[in-house]
Amino acid sequence: MENSEKTEVVLLACGSFNPITNMHLRLFELAKDYMNETGKYRVIKGIISPVGDAYKKKGLISAHHRVIMAELATKNSEWVEVDTWESLQKEWVETAKVLRHHQEKLEAGSCDHQQDSPMPGKPGQKRKWVEQRQDFSQKKLLEPKPKDVPKVKLLCGADLLESFAVPNLWKSEDITQIVEDYGLICITRAGNDAQKFIYESDALWKHRNNIHLVNEWITNDISSTKIRRALRRGQSIRYLVPDLVQEYIEKHDLYSCESEEKNVGVILAPLQRMYKSLNL
Amino acid sequence: MKSRIPVVLLACGSFNPITNMHLRLFEVARDHLHQTGMYQVIGGIISPVNDGYRKQDLVAAHHRVAMARLALQTSDWVQVDPWESEQVQWMETVKVLRHHHSELLRSLPQTEGQDHGRARSVAPTAVPELKLLCGADVLKTFQTPNLWKDAHIQEIVEKFGVVCVSRTGHNPKEYISGSPILRRYQHNIHLVREPVQNELSSTYIRRALSQGHSVKYLLPDAVISYIKDHNLYTRDSSWKGSSTQRNEGKTD
Repeated sequence: MENSEKTEVVLLACGSFNPITNMHLRLFELAKDYMNETGKYRVIKGIISPVGDAYKKKGLISAHHRVIMAELATKNSEWVEVDTWESLQKEWVETAKVLRHHQEKLEAGSCDHQQDSPMPGKPGQKRKWVEQRQDFSQKKLLEPKPKDVPKVKLLCGADLLESFAVPNLWKSEDITQIVEDYGLICITRAGNDAQKFIYESDALWKHRNNIHLVNEWITNDISSTKIRRALRRGQSIRYLVPDLVQEYIEKHDLYSCESEEKNVGVILAPLQRMYKSLNL
Repeated sequence: MKSRIPVVLLACGSFNPITNMHLRLFEVARDHLHQTGMYQVIGGIISPVNDGYRKQDLVAAHHRVAMARLALQTSDWVQVDPWESEQVQWMETVKVLRHHHSELLRSLPQTEGQDHGRARSVAPTAVPELKLLCGADVLKTFQTPNLWKDAHIQEIVEKFGVVCVSRTGHNPKEYISGSPILRRYQHNIHLVREPVQNELSSTYIRRALSQGHSVKYLLPDAVISYIKDHNLYTRDSSWKGSSTQRNEGKTD
């Protein structure tokens, strides 16, 4: 299939990134390879969107630091970047709204400068990426037919998919909107129950064609929780997070027993909102 | 306070190519030895195996050494040593240990005999120990018939010692209880658990590369650039060694 016939995709990963690890970064690489190999899609960009402080998760350190760490981690990536919009909102924002924000941003961007680059972004950043795509942009000049706006899809691990089943955590209309309007790319471990999970949910089953399950054949168990635990115990986290992230954590002494106590006893923002709407 | 025994960790293997998992072995082993309160890890050595090992898909030693060197350029305590890879033929691990042990003793400050005044004021330097660092898979190969010489296994665990980092699917305690030699010297075998399970292997990396998949964040960027620049591990670049393997299992 010609490149121009493929749907351009932007992968969006939402989460705490507390801190970002090599595993988060691998999700992007695995998803991009998978989507490109379907022959139907072309992944043009990845966005990391750290959650705002108002999420009130236990042990969540300030978004300022989490954003900087994610920026340091993607410094050597040619296609993944960090977006601060979500982290800068005063209130916690539902993931469906973050998706909408980025889809609208792409639509606005494609009207502004269709011929230059499908990627609205900070000028000067990710120059390499633009350079590599020189041949594509030249091709675009030859065929001036209007291009479709890239589609934002939510990138996640199996844990997020399974969290759909946690009572009151997600609004059911949000789940429907995510899989119906955007789409989900979920990296799962081989032998994981993700398929069964989709089968057992009517909303997910209905939009199963918009849910891409990507198998990861090797266990890669680097969770942020384990990183924070190792740091509290004075153990090395080297080669589990990018070197620049490790240096930043050490320089600012970000994770301790004290930081782990942040938001203890505070109800998670999505639950708070749900209880409020139910008048509980 | 009792002074700690200085330790140097030696990892033998193919390093074809070196991955973050290999680099983690050193970190996890050092943390563990320090937490025993008995040891002070003063260095680490990566010793890529000789081309004479003739393992399938093994790229030339000079590439494997160069990649390990790139991976370690930001490490302040682990180094690559090409000695083993530069020998005319493959050699047993115990001989690599012997070589590095004598190098280690040779590098010790010779001041004690010569400068009595200074030697007295400083606590006598403990003789550093050299220990073999390996994954549980190597410990398991100790049981494979005809792979290792019993005398060599005995020398490794008696004279040097082993630090074994366990991975998923391995039960190192079982390997020890199943071997009389290992049982006898189990005080010299340190079993370490990697808290972050990772099934990453060089085999996985090679397969991903030959399929054109991304391996970013599985090994250092500098190593990935080297692999690309030298066109290593593409479908037809790998040198097929003879199918008859030499003795001793190696982590690849």
